[in-house]
Amino acid sequence: MSAPAVPAPPKAPSSREVYRDILTELMPRDERVVCLDTDTGLFGGVDFGPAAGRYVNIGIAEHTLMGAAAGLAKQGRVPFANTMAAFASSRAIEAVKINIAYNDLPVRIAATHSGVSAGHLGATHHSLEDIAAMRVLPNMTVVVAADAASTDSLVRQALALPGPVYLRLGRNAVPDLPAGPPVVLGQAQVLRQGTDVTIAACGAYPVLSAWEAAEELSGLGIDATVLHVHTVKPLDTATLAAAAGITGTVITVEEHWRAGGFGAAVAEALTELLPVRVHRLGMPDRFVSVSGSQRYLLDRAGVTAAAIVERATSSVKG
Amino acid sequence: MSSTFAVRGGQAPTAPAAAPATGAEHRQTDRTDLTEVTARIREHVVTMCAGREGGHVGGSMSLVEILSVLYFRVMLVDPGFPAWPDRDVLLLSKGHGGIGLYATLAEAGYFPVERLAEYGEHGSPLMAHPNTEVPGVEMPTGSLGHGLALGIGFALANRLDDTDRRTFVVMGDGELQEGSVWEAASVAAAHRLDGLVAVVDRNGLQITGATAEVNDLEPLADRWRAFGWRVFEVDGHDVDALTDALSAAPGQDRRPTVVIARTVKGKGLPMVEDQARSHYAKLGGRQHRLALEALRKARRP
Repeated sequence: MSAPAVPAPPKAPSSREVYRDILTELMPRDERVVCLDTDTGLFGGVDFGPAAGRYVNIGIAEHTLMGAAAGLAKQGRVPFANTMAAFASSRAIEAVKINIAYNDLPVRIAATHSGVSAGHLGATHHSLEDIAAMRVLPNMTVVVAADAASTDSLVRQALALPGPVYLRLGRNAVPDLPAGPPVVLGQAQVLRQGTDVTIAACGAYPVLSAWEAAEELSGLGIDATVLHVHTVKPLDTATLAAAAGITGTVITVEEHWRAGGFGAAVAEALTELLPVRVHRLGMPDRFVSVSGSQRYLLDRAGVTAAAIVERATSSVKG
Repeated sequence: MSSTFAVRGGQAPTAPAAAPATGAEHRQTDRTDLTEVTARIREHVVTMCAGREGGHVGGSMSLVEILSVLYFRVMLVDPGFPAWPDRDVLLLSKGHGGIGLYATLAEAGYFPVERLAEYGEHGSPLMAHPNTEVPGVEMPTGSLGHGLALGIGFALANRLDDTDRRTFVVMGDGELQEGSVWEAASVAAAHRLDGLVAVVDRNGLQITGATAEVNDLEPLADRWRAFGWRVFEVDGHDVDALTDALSAAPGQDRRPTVVIARTVKGKGLPMVEDQARSHYAKLGGRQHRLALEALRKARRP
């Protein structure tokens, strides 16, 4: 098997670093904020200044993390619960469900290494089920970070939400997304308006692939709408339905198992509104058991611009 | 009822008792007589178990003195203002003791005793496991092994607020078979959460039999000590012994406190006392009458 070409990693900060820097800036300004860590290492060398007492490393204890965060929130604090997405969404999910979501408490779950961004760390550290797990919980807002600039905006907007938030953060620096209208939490960002096919993408590489595919499709005479959907819950069904109403076919792209994730959420919503076909591109129904960078693993799984182009051409012309 | 103990402890009606040998001299110890209230709570529990759904009678009866001592003697609470910011907090981690908690909260004045009749009725928030729709319930519980982690959050918040509010987490002994309890026990000790008090309702039974046979917990006190906790072992139906132990936090050495309360499952009901089958019961009319008679007989001197 020949490995796909892998571009050099970009220099911009990763979404977890963007988040960390915002939290570092925020802690001294907002006495409600508490940073609960599970020995992630994300805060190594960070100086919280006068807020240092509100950084608590509880150790490797994700279940306790979620319960403690709920208790703190109940007492008026705004805790940021830090762990990897894999552990937040599967190991600790019951604590998230009954202690955080059930109580509708303003806990911010900062879940790093999402999707396959943990790369060679392996399937134990990949989170390809987290969107599915979190989006079905009542009260939960699910935000998927992409590049540095949109992450910065989304994290700041998420601070103001009254209930729990799942912040799906990546491990690695990723390239910048194409310029578009301001990123507004809860609204799909329309990066490109077309008439033939809607490509709705969630996460950095899916959006980049969607954009690349749209450019290629343009050369083939197919005019694509590209939506960057960073908020999976609540889902911006109005924008999705409006786009689908114009283009018909919708292709979703995500760094998550095809089952239960973003594409499933789009399909669930649109099937109640329109007679439209939804193709879901995502990770196939098997664990990733090979080493590789995030980009390599996505390419290998077929979450690529080429796959989007193939789906779009066969749907629109077929 | 609530007005008589709006702020418990700080205005205790009796003179401070001799300080227990536990180092908690800073709190007065209330010795309000609990004979009548514990008897009424037991009757409420039995009557709820005769309702539409039946109930967790055994583990609620074993809790009665623990909850009564906490709500009527030890904790600073205001039943007329359940969200009073300076209150002590109780988390019933063994959520299946819900009817015991409801009966105690009603007797304490959080809501009218008449509302206990709603338990298990369609549309009522009074379910088998507590939720926060019920006045006085701080957190929903029912899935075992969550309360101690929640308690850590409350205790951390209290530390950040620089107050001496305490957090009581009442667990079942079977519950200690959940690994999450020990994860949290370790975190609490590591962070020196001395305002955190765990209470173990050590009735020795779980659904299928004795804890000793299913998954032995002994040496239980040594386990807690090894995790860095201060340990008190008391008769969980002796209200004065419970009062001393539950008033003992925080100690001088910045360790969290656990009170292992030796109790009898189904306490007060001779027909099921100390039997695993008391775990859950739906009492028919005759059984209900017999249970109430047994309780009333026990009340007579």
